[in-house]
Amino acid sequence: MNAMTQTAAKTGTALASIVFAALVGATVIFFAGHAQSATLHDAAHDMRHATGFPCH
Amino acid sequence: MIQRLFAGGLVAGFAAGLFSALLHFAFIQELILLGEKYETGELVHFEAGATTAQSEGHSEAAGTDESHEHDVGEASEDSALSRNAKTVLFTGLIYAGYGLLLVAGFAAAEQFGRKVGPREGVLWGIAGFVALQLAPAMGLAPELPGTAAADLDARQVWWLATVLATGGGIALLAYGRGVIGYVIAGALLAAPHVVGAPHLDQYFGVAPSELGAEFASRVLGVGLVSWAVLGWLCARAWNSGQS
Repeated sequence: MNAMTQTAAKTGTALASIVFAALVGATVIFFAGHAQSATLHDAAHDMRHATGFPCH
Repeated sequence: MIQRLFAGGLVAGFAAGLFSALLHFAFIQELILLGEKYETGELVHFEAGATTAQSEGHSEAAGTDESHEHDVGEASEDSALSRNAKTVLFTGLIYAGYGLLLVAGFAAAEQFGRKVGPREGVLWGIAGFVALQLAPAMGLAPELPGTAAADLDARQVWWLATVLATGGGIALLAYGRGVIGYVIAGALLAAPHVVGAPHLDQYFGVAPSELGAEFASRVLGVGLVSWAVLGWLCARAWNSGQS
């Protein structure tokens, strides 16, 4: 029983870590690729064109 | 695990981004600069282009003053340097974001007993390229600066929906079971293109179509190579961090 609880807790932590990493990744992609603040847009401009993001 | 995810995703992703930036300057940047010359009206492609040439300004494309040619030359060299540095930084960043997504995928696959080694990593990378670049590009072709396009919000929504549907479709094709899985995968892959990307009713391009076509091809080629390297690097980093 104890071992099962431990396995479940381990899977839960792993799932939380996976979701967290994916969310951070998606946030980075949003700010670098999609956010429309003028500073971000100008700085990321060439990269956005070169990776096919809808730029402006 | 969280350390392994971040070390693998961020570091390998940023490294792949630096490689991609190298390819960017070898293949893409010259076309962006040429596209901007048409965008600002410095170059004109046929007479029709002249009327719409000034339509959309870019802060980078500041006018030059002939009387201070030398100063302007130095200043534009500085601004080109800072512009290119930002491109390197943001290419590294965007690939770090892609890398985190990939490594999160590796970790999720591992939970289901599927180990992702460097070879599978390359395939994952190519699948990522299809989901995040190729499929969206079939509706919204990579834009040379100076291209007029439909409303930005509508395009971003279509882009995001396409990425999610294509990513889900590929995952189902690769790991799904049974006919129903394949049918749903096919529907997910096709749906964004059946709906169609937002487009304008007319064409307003001021640059030669040959230039736009070459730009789009090079963007996709560089993307494919960069993503394959990203997948390989991320899988290596992910496996080397295994305890």
